[in-house]
Amino acid sequence: MMTDKNVTGDDSDWDMVIKPQAGWIGLDLGELWRYRDLVGLFVKRDFVALYKQTVLGPLWYIIQPLFTTLVFTVIFGKVAKIPTDSIPPFLFYLAGNVMWGYFSTTLTATSNTFNQNAAIFGKVYFPRLTVPLAVIIVNFLQFGIQFCLFLGFYFYFMVNGAPVFVTSWIWTLPLLLIQMAMLSFGFGILISSLTTKYKDLRFAMAFIIQLWMYATPIVYPLSQIPDWLRSYYVLNPMVSLVEGFRLAFLGRSALCFSDVISSVTVTILVVFIGVALFNRIEKTFMDTV
Amino acid sequence: MKAIQIDSLWKEYRLGVINHGTLVKDFQSWWARLRGIEDPNSLITIDEAESCGVNAGKVNALRDINLEINQGEILGIIGRNGAGKSTLLKILSKVTSPTRGCIRTRGRIASLLEVGTGFHPELTGRENVFLNGAILGMSKEEIKQKFDEIVEFAELNHFIDTPVKRYSSGMYVRLAFAVAAHLETEIIVVDEVLAVGDVVFQRKCLGKMKDVSSAGRTVLFVSHNMNAIKNLCTRAILIDQGCLTMDADPESVVARYLDRNLVEGPIVSEREIEKRIEGVIKKQYPHFRILEIRMENEQGMAASKFESTEPVIVQVKYRVFQKVNDLRILVAVADEMGTSIYGSQNTDDNSTAEQFYEIEPGDYIARCVLPANIFANKKYHLNIDVVSPKKEHHVLKKILEFEIEFHGYNSEIQYGGNNLDFFLWPKMSWQAEKIDTATGV
Repeated sequence: MMTDKNVTGDDSDWDMVIKPQAGWIGLDLGELWRYRDLVGLFVKRDFVALYKQTVLGPLWYIIQPLFTTLVFTVIFGKVAKIPTDSIPPFLFYLAGNVMWGYFSTTLTATSNTFNQNAAIFGKVYFPRLTVPLAVIIVNFLQFGIQFCLFLGFYFYFMVNGAPVFVTSWIWTLPLLLIQMAMLSFGFGILISSLTTKYKDLRFAMAFIIQLWMYATPIVYPLSQIPDWLRSYYVLNPMVSLVEGFRLAFLGRSALCFSDVISSVTVTILVVFIGVALFNRIEKTFMDTV
Repeated sequence: MKAIQIDSLWKEYRLGVINHGTLVKDFQSWWARLRGIEDPNSLITIDEAESCGVNAGKVNALRDINLEINQGEILGIIGRNGAGKSTLLKILSKVTSPTRGCIRTRGRIASLLEVGTGFHPELTGRENVFLNGAILGMSKEEIKQKFDEIVEFAELNHFIDTPVKRYSSGMYVRLAFAVAAHLETEIIVVDEVLAVGDVVFQRKCLGKMKDVSSAGRTVLFVSHNMNAIKNLCTRAILIDQGCLTMDADPESVVARYLDRNLVEGPIVSEREIEKRIEGVIKKQYPHFRILEIRMENEQGMAASKFESTEPVIVQVKYRVFQKVNDLRILVAVADEMGTSIYGSQNTDDNSTAEQFYEIEPGDYIARCVLPANIFANKKYHLNIDVVSPKKEHHVLKKILEFEIEFHGYNSEIQYGGNNLDFFLWPKMSWQAEKIDTATGV
């Protein structure tokens, strides 16, 4: 604790120095680590709140992808007859929906970080990044439920002799999930930082996410993308995540290693820019909101 | 040993015109500038802004604050609304960052800017204690150690496992304060939290804050409750329009703060009013203007000292520039601490209320009689509001002071001692009757 040190004007003698913000890189990882308990408690709060409020809560996580997948199967599979790399269409769409479900929910939540927490952020200081970090963890609950749903159908189809098989890519699943979490985190806080200045961006989010879904191989396989477009198309980091998941469980995908590299590069870039902007905004956003 | 050192701290806020919060409006403004026409989204024109004492769309909430706070001090921070007190605390607690200058601190800072921040209604009291504690910067271990003490302090032993949505507002506040009060930080920043809870609990909180400082921790305390400042603080500062104007013992700072707004004598002139007026006032095309406010006795003589047995007459002279449909004049009497005691509005009197509807341009005098036989032996302040709903609102706080000499209503009785502490001593009717002792128990 405190001892009788000589008081000097030197900053090193003080525990904390508050100065006007300077520069872009100000992420204090040590501080974030000190507040790890808070992340845990935020996760617990969201989990408990969800569990207590509705009986349908967890059930809703099953109904939603199930119905979306059924609709996709009818519209895109039966009516539009879009090929699915000879994978049973239902499994094909369900795989896409499970991955996309996590991404879109998490992105929506993290992109609201500043707006939803303005009241509390205005009252007390704690590292703001704890809030979106908690979100990406909580949403794995949803993913877990939907993933189990997927596994259920997966085994059902397998027993009935569908041409699907697990590949060694399955070992990369944790990495896929981490990348997906980081992507929705990075992109979410980027949007969240921008919405403090441009509030209408919030309303555009639903629209952007929907368009983004069609730019991702959810209702069609990567193999359908023409060659001239492909090198740009795979810059969408969700492409390799969705296709990687299918490759792991369904055994077929047009994904190649260079696609994964570009996806990871874009993700890292997004996280980096997101964190930099978020850190800059968090110091002044109370003055603008 | 110094706990906090603040060096030439400035905080500047930008007003209005920088950006409009939406991409669409930003684009509109840009398009308007391009064509050289007036920005359709500008909130205030430059002329208006300048007349409010604001230059170039910027306002300094804090100007060159220099302050050193020693460890173990309880520093009271006093100032009118908008003086910059809360901005200072927000910078200290890192919610926002300063424009210039620097603050150096020793030890962790916890801020109680509002109790119960981050409470979730679905969670139980226990879960919220942990969550709230973590938000305020405590680790799980620290909260565990303090948990029993917190629950004990909040007097919620039986309800700690009930979701807080079922708590009464008092229980909620007690729990929230208890968490904050048990923070193990070296510096605590408190902003007006004591305005909540019942008197007993408020006293308990004040006591807790005294304990905290005797344990060598530093407290920064913002309050409009002058008694709390005087009782609790070891030192006080006065902030006015962003500047630190006084730094001394609490008694003298409070006295200065309370006096600052008073006008000597029974009459306030138009110039004086101009300087003190607040609220929504139109500089261009105003509806009305207050010309003079005066107090007088029954004989029509201007006075600021009255006997308790005579009425106090308050006159508001005003000029109406354009037809006003509904003009309301509110006269409020407050004590020296600023606590409102009672008020009266021109429309209260049904027989004359219509004089204040459909007012044609011209000069008017409104008269309000504060009746005799109400006041006690005290000094009182007058606050006056003149409002035309949705158009203009002129506020004059503590614009006049008057003193009442109370002699009592019964010449055979000696009044004095504790009797003189009352805010008011209205003359009321009393009677007694004998009741049958057999059934009267």
